[in-house]
Amino acid sequence: MPDIFRTHPVEARLAVVLLLLIVGLSLGTDTFMTMGNITSLLNNNAVNLIWAVGLLVVLIAGGIDISFAVAASVVQYVAAQIFMGIGGGNWAIGFVVAGALGICLGLVNALLIHGFRVISIVITIATFNAFFGLLMFFTHGRNIYNLPDWWTDRIFIFERQAADGTWSELNLSVAVMIVCVLATWGLIRLTTLGHQLYAFGDNPEGARRAGVNIWQMQIVAFGWCGMMAGIGGLMQVNIAQEVVPNALYGRELDVLAAVVLGGARLGGGRGTVVGCILGVMFVAITQNGLNLLGISPFAFQMIIGATILLAISSSNLSFGRRSRSEKAGAA
Amino acid sequence: MTTDPDTAPALRLRNVSKTFGGVKALQNVDFEVRAGEVHCLAGENGCGKSTLIKIVTGVYTPDPGAEIELFGHPLDTISPTKARALGIAVIWQDLALFPHMTVAENIAFDDMVGVMPRVSFGSRYKARVQAVLDRLNVPLDLNTRLGDLPIAQRQIVAIARALMGEARLVFMDEPTASLTQSETDSLLDVVRTLSSQGIAVVFVSHRLAEVIDIAERVTVLRDGKLVGVYPTEGMTQSRLGELMTGALLENSVSAQDRSSAEPVLVIKDLSRHDEFRGVSLTIRRGEVLGLIGLIGSGRTELAHALIGMSRPDAGEIQLEGAPVRFASIRDAIARGVAYVSEDRLTLGLIQPQSIADNTVISVLDRVLDGLGLMAPKRQSQLVSHWIEELAVKIGQPEDAVSTLSGGNQQKVVLAKWLATEPRLLILDSPTVGVDVGARAGIFRIVRQLADEGLAILLISDEVTEVMFNADRVLHMAEGRIVGEYDPHATSVPDLEARIYA
Repeated sequence: MPDIFRTHPVEARLAVVLLLLIVGLSLGTDTFMTMGNITSLLNNNAVNLIWAVGLLVVLIAGGIDISFAVAASVVQYVAAQIFMGIGGGNWAIGFVVAGALGICLGLVNALLIHGFRVISIVITIATFNAFFGLLMFFTHGRNIYNLPDWWTDRIFIFERQAADGTWSELNLSVAVMIVCVLATWGLIRLTTLGHQLYAFGDNPEGARRAGVNIWQMQIVAFGWCGMMAGIGGLMQVNIAQEVVPNALYGRELDVLAAVVLGGARLGGGRGTVVGCILGVMFVAITQNGLNLLGISPFAFQMIIGATILLAISSSNLSFGRRSRSEKAGAA
Repeated sequence: MTTDPDTAPALRLRNVSKTFGGVKALQNVDFEVRAGEVHCLAGENGCGKSTLIKIVTGVYTPDPGAEIELFGHPLDTISPTKARALGIAVIWQDLALFPHMTVAENIAFDDMVGVMPRVSFGSRYKARVQAVLDRLNVPLDLNTRLGDLPIAQRQIVAIARALMGEARLVFMDEPTASLTQSETDSLLDVVRTLSSQGIAVVFVSHRLAEVIDIAERVTVLRDGKLVGVYPTEGMTQSRLGELMTGALLENSVSAQDRSSAEPVLVIKDLSRHDEFRGVSLTIRRGEVLGLIGLIGSGRTELAHALIGMSRPDAGEIQLEGAPVRFASIRDAIARGVAYVSEDRLTLGLIQPQSIADNTVISVLDRVLDGLGLMAPKRQSQLVSHWIEELAVKIGQPEDAVSTLSGGNQQKVVLAKWLATEPRLLILDSPTVGVDVGARAGIFRIVRQLADEGLAILLISDEVTEVMFNADRVLHMAEGRIVGEYDPHATSVPDLEARIYA
């Protein structure tokens, strides 16, 4: 499969590194390749991956969203008010409410970006601050513990007892993650909208001349990212059992790092769901491995930073070499 | 009035005018393209060519009174989507393709745009894409990322994309501007293939030789008015140039004997691995030395060595009698070498910056005041001096360079380098993308600079350019100088035969 290395160099290299990491940790520790560790890895990273695929769509369309993590907090808070207002609710209502609220917040971004023709990083930094400021203002920074039971009850989609009597199980969030990942893959790979998103991110003027509706592109990209933010927020409450207004503050950069690591291009036109999964897995397994090996957690950030530098610059280097030799061949 | 679609022209425009805020971009122009014909639209920049194309493709609405007939059907209005549905496709100069998408995705892209989003499987459109490429008879890997292809093959992708939409009338806006001779030849073959399949092609080009070669008829516009429609049979480049500019172009050998002047640049046995070997040449004060060679001949690499961008492996460079070794481009500039690069748009100018800023970027150290800060007055003096000297047509020096026409942009590049007060000026393909009238203007400046004592190395792959503007011509091929010619003692066909052989 050397073709993969040519068409998706970042993803392919990341997959190799990840494989080596997994083999290394399996041999180096006796705790990594255990059912308990793997299920907890999945449980702990389901929400990150839900957000990652949402952000991926925005990146493909040539934008960036800094605001989605605090938007998820806003969704949690507003959804909690709504559920209490209607006297409970259930999972079906929960998904609809969280998804819809997320879409609304995403559309605020899309509307501002398209309406004022301001680049997305500026708008989403503004909405990041506005969302967070409003949230802290209205909640006074207080946590909400009094949540409907359905929301905080653990639902296991898989459970197994090991020989030593310890239980390992997968949360509902893992199932939701799988659905979100498949849906995003379907959107960007199987629909005409997906092709338009890639094209719009790649060459906006070219897409516009071909008849792509720019406004529709912003709606789809930021709407999708907002919906994933909302659903991720909903599932995060199920895991954390409470709504903490500032709990998700700062998570946007972790998710962004994972998505970029997975080969999505800041500037648009490039990025895959598989890359996203690999990126989130890499970050998760690196952190997990360092824990298991008993290495200082401070090393983690350093390693992620270095890996991003390596992954992105090495793919640029090889591209530069090709275009240079191409020039020499042609010139 | 509906005529039989089989015999009707592909396109017939009558009495088309377009006014932009009082400026008449087009005045009562008639234009007709026969089905399956290769028709050239010629004229200088600003003559109304692009306005005409934009009217036909529905980007602009013509002034009232225009008649448009497409394949025999009269039309009241055209919109971009309607134009596409009617079989009109445009291949824009900047291609409007998607570099990170694959060849197949690019070609099939217009299918992906519609009112209703729907599911689309790659397997379904790939067969159709392959069929179109087969029709053009060009092998291209469908899964290659477009950005990995050379420009020439991207052109093919753009053409294939037009054909996916069942185009019957294709407009090509300067498709050969950035292609080499051999790439141009294969593109022209594709154009002939289209024409033989009954697809009419309207071809816009600044290269007159090409126009005469490919088109059956040529429509000439000047200042928004129709000059006439001419068959290309029996047409000459100079006649066509006259029609376009309305002025008699002096296309005569201007070579002068400078062999008694003192040498400015002498290079002896200069070599660089894989690029050029044993190159020796001399350029004297006031001399324009033409260096002609195809892309790949080592001509640009040689220029890079002379400006300090790369270091030669062996040989000697002497500048005004003293041997030199350039450590960097800055070093070469400081010693009086200036290089106007091949790719003006991306390498020569910073497009969004102002004309003034672009002009002084090479001489920032000369526009400083006593404290080492920028002195606006000195800057504006320098800028207005060069704008006047080179007769650059601009609005305000503060306007972005991107607002200028190709010819005037090239003059700004020249001004930028002349401001460094060079002794040796290297011009690499200075007229790529510049129209005929502006070319004459640039070469007038080149001659004037030479007369003032500058030594000029003129690199080109167009025979006429070196024939009529250089004092001597060197032919470079496969990294070596393979011949020297006196423009008085040779002819254009003779030189062409040697170079394109």
